Amino acid sequence: MNQYKNFFPIMRRYKDLAYLDNAATTQKPDMVIDAVDNYYKQENANPLRGLYALSQKATEAYENAREKIANFIGAAKHQEIIYTRNASESLNLVAYSLSDLLLKENDEVLISIMEHHSNMIPWQQAVKRHHAKLVYLYPDKNGLITTDELKNKLSPKTKILSLTQLSNVLGAKQNLKELIKIAHANKTVVSIDGAQAIPHSKIDVQALDCDFYSFSGHKIYAPMGIGVLYGKEKYLNEMPPFLTGGEMIDYVDEQTATFAELPYKFEAGTQNVGGAVGLSAAIDFMNSIGYDTIIKRETELGRFAGEELSKLPYVTIYGDKDFSHHHGVIAFNIEGIHPHDVASLMDSGDVAIRGGHHCAQPLMRYLKCNFCCRASMAFYNDEEDIIKLVNRTKYIRSYFNGAK
Amino acid sequence: MALNNIYNEILMEHNAHPDHKHKLSTASDCKTAINPHCGDEVLVKKGINPTCGDEIILELNVEDGVIKDAAFNGQGCAISQASTDIMVDLIIGKKIDEAIELTDLFIKMVRGEEKNETKLEELDEAMALKDVSHMPARVKCAVLAWHTLNEMLKEKESQK
Repeated sequence: MNQYKNFFPIMRRYKDLAYLDNAATTQKPDMVIDAVDNYYKQENANPLRGLYALSQKATEAYENAREKIANFIGAAKHQEIIYTRNASESLNLVAYSLSDLLLKENDEVLISIMEHHSNMIPWQQAVKRHHAKLVYLYPDKNGLITTDELKNKLSPKTKILSLTQLSNVLGAKQNLKELIKIAHANKTVVSIDGAQAIPHSKIDVQALDCDFYSFSGHKIYAPMGIGVLYGKEKYLNEMPPFLTGGEMIDYVDEQTATFAELPYKFEAGTQNVGGAVGLSAAIDFMNSIGYDTIIKRETELGRFAGEELSKLPYVTIYGDKDFSHHHGVIAFNIEGIHPHDVASLMDSGDVAIRGGHHCAQPLMRYLKCNFCCRASMAFYNDEEDIIKLVNRTKYIRSYFNGAK
Repeated sequence: MALNNIYNEILMEHNAHPDHKHKLSTASDCKTAINPHCGDEVLVKKGINPTCGDEIILELNVEDGVIKDAAFNGQGCAISQASTDIMVDLIIGKKIDEAIELTDLFIKMVRGEEKNETKLEELDEAMALKDVSHMPARVKCAVLAWHTLNEMLKEKESQK
């Protein structure tokens, strides 16, 4: 077992497993599991409101984690970090509250055909509520949105651009800086779905100059159920609250309420403090490995997997032909065999991959494949995992051909 | 679980060479259509598996409460395609209420709710899909056609 797998209890438990579904969720290292365990054993109480020592400990743990997240993504202020359950909730918050602030009848919201359903359905709902229009960007053959495509689709009516930084199917990373600049010149507010990008690239929200950035903890080694929305203070202050209730208010009378300051205005009810502590530990974990190592290993594994699979004439791989641009995400089909059969047969050979539409049905139709298999890598994977994937692919092909 | 329990000869054969994958009418997904060759009325229904987006279109020719002919189209995994072909084989010539009972029995079998082998023998070749009950992720693939047929026949019954 390679030294990195050794950090993960699941990898130690299933030594023969080639876990290649990291774009769905990553495994959790001891460091994260222990931090959550320690929080519940040593520091648990309801934070923010308690007037006793233990509650203050919980508050500190919660707010220290926020500070760490702000530093991790280069936010100017910790008030700009809102805790959510996951990227989907962050994106729903933006789609709901920002559209209430900005959208008027006949306005336009621009998204790409590569969006995960979680950055698509909230906008379908938002434009329906405001009688606005949803407009789509289409990528080039490598999965990139060109500046020309963006310029063609922007209009004075385009109030919001919401874009994935990295497609969960094609693995292509957008040249965001350039695109955001063009959108801003058009007075369009920009929200980024970073769920797939942040595991594979160092994020600096100020350098990108995006107005919102959403991601999930569980895709970067943190527990499930904790996510983050970064938003520029000027927008968060003006936006109406999303969920309402406890902890997010200042003053309440029978008919009205005033809302708490940022970030609490957007954090209704008792929060997932254990999750925040876990995310904080996951950031420490990633920093201890280092993005340089993470990116180098994932790029190399993606390239190796892409090149080995593309040697098989019956395999089709989607996206950029230079597989080092895939950020460890390889979407493919084996000719004549449905991805669900492939995934089941992979599973029986200890290879865990995803098969289906990957919560991106419109993209699948655009690629004219309806469904595909996806192997997605994290830095803890190694060449041995990829060789297993390739050998299993050959086996599945011969198994099905034998029946013909 | 050994994989050949489910990807067995019966399933692989029905997947590779389905007997009933053709059209009875020119319809796509409406409720009734006409067979252009004989003028018979054909019931048509589309079934969708939301986990993978697979769809099948089932066509039935029902006369005097008996399924005179049936066929299917669409795309899907080996489990769903074979399961559909086996089902069509089984229900041609059956009365509506018999067919409904068979679909109920099949759905119970793959959900692991009915294990009585003597009872399951009524399903004939469809018994080959019994082990799908050990693959929770694939139950939806196996029941797609059966579920669609069940709804279709119940709709037909309620029109009486």
